[in-house]
Amino acid sequence: MNASAIATDARPRLPRGVRLVNNEAQGGWVLLAPERVFKPDAIALEILKRCTGEATFGAIIDDLAATFSAPRERIATDVTALLRSLADKQLLEL
Amino acid sequence: MATNGATLHKPLGLLAELTHRCPLGCPYCSNPLALDGRNDELDTQTWARVFREAAALGVLQVHLSGGEPGARRDLVEITAAANKAGLYTNLITSAVGITDKTLGALADAGLDHVQISIQDNDPRTADHIAGYEGAFVRKNALAAEVVRRKLPLTVNAVMHRANIDHVADMVDLALKLGAGRVEIAHVQYYGWALKNRAALMPTREQVERAVAAVEELRRRHHGKIVIDAVVPDYYARFPKPCVGGWGRRSLNVTPSGKVLPCHAAESIPGLEFWNVRDRSLAEIWQASPAFNAFRGTEWLPEPCATCERREIDFGGCRCQAFAITGNARATDPVCHLSPHHDRVVEFTQSPQTDAYSYRR
Repeated sequence: MNASAIATDARPRLPRGVRLVNNEAQGGWVLLAPERVFKPDAIALEILKRCTGEATFGAIIDDLAATFSAPRERIATDVTALLRSLADKQLLEL
Repeated sequence: MATNGATLHKPLGLLAELTHRCPLGCPYCSNPLALDGRNDELDTQTWARVFREAAALGVLQVHLSGGEPGARRDLVEITAAANKAGLYTNLITSAVGITDKTLGALADAGLDHVQISIQDNDPRTADHIAGYEGAFVRKNALAAEVVRRKLPLTVNAVMHRANIDHVADMVDLALKLGAGRVEIAHVQYYGWALKNRAALMPTREQVERAVAAVEELRRRHHGKIVIDAVVPDYYARFPKPCVGGWGRRSLNVTPSGKVLPCHAAESIPGLEFWNVRDRSLAEIWQASPAFNAFRGTEWLPEPCATCERREIDFGGCRCQAFAITGNARATDPVCHLSPHHDRVVEFTQSPQTDAYSYRR
């Protein structure tokens, strides 16, 4: 996995053609992408919900660290890995 | 519960075959040999209702396909209706018949994604395969317009004997066009492709080179483009889990409104298909005889019934079982455990031809 650092002022966002929606019939949140459907786990969902193109990467990490009372450094490592992996699959713009 | 006692899942995807009309004549077209005529096509309002019912049933994505969906004058209204129903909309097009202006209107109507088929990286070969002069140029132009409008683009590269050795060039072309995704779609032998099998079937050596090339291309282009590919199934050890399992994940509505578990299902004799003109999609999904014919795993023959892969591939593809063995309830003969597997091997070694029977 490519876990190289993400700039603190990057504003991760879902590109056009990728949508995070809450679908009752399918039992919760799903990430819709070109000819693919993903069911994010609880952690991925919390991260994805914050990738609005408005919040900076740094602010997202601060928010998650505060919300889940977890060490900021560890959150930053996990979120970087997830966002890089999503970007590699064309599911996220950094 | 489905009416045959199997667990009823929620469908994720709906393939909307808006029309069978198409200017191209690709010899591997997945449409049936007997094409629906224009006068039989569902109208705009009926499609809008189908989309609302699909969304209520749990469908997330609709694939607007054909034929060439651009042959419908109401394509923009149809797309808007699917978007309004809350569905993720995917346009599957040949590019011939979609003008730049139509694309703009589709984008404004909420279109989420465009998939363009490209027949080969060489313009002359591409137009020969499509049976349409100028198709390659038009496809490249529409692809550029899709990217310019920042819509996500998939290049669909259907691979067969005439172009399978160009797999790396096709991926390069997709990258050059700005596609985020490329499908290396090896021909599957149904409908027109079954008719043209002797002209389309690659050799084992070609398949092995292509599979190795895709592995290398995935490494080389990691993070730049998503490469989706599957092994051409006559050369696979196990069958594909056709449409994710019969009546389990997806449904297909034909131009005239018949609801099929997969696009080739009409090739199986004796199945009773219900029509959206007569019933709701929910009723059809749950109770249509065709959907319940092979739903679940109760009906599976041996060696599938006791196979540890029965929940992975569900006995493989019913249409292929019928096409090759004459029995739709047989194990998909692509599986090396099928008693009929030797027939599949034989087809890969049969005498070949270069003449196409174009879809017309």
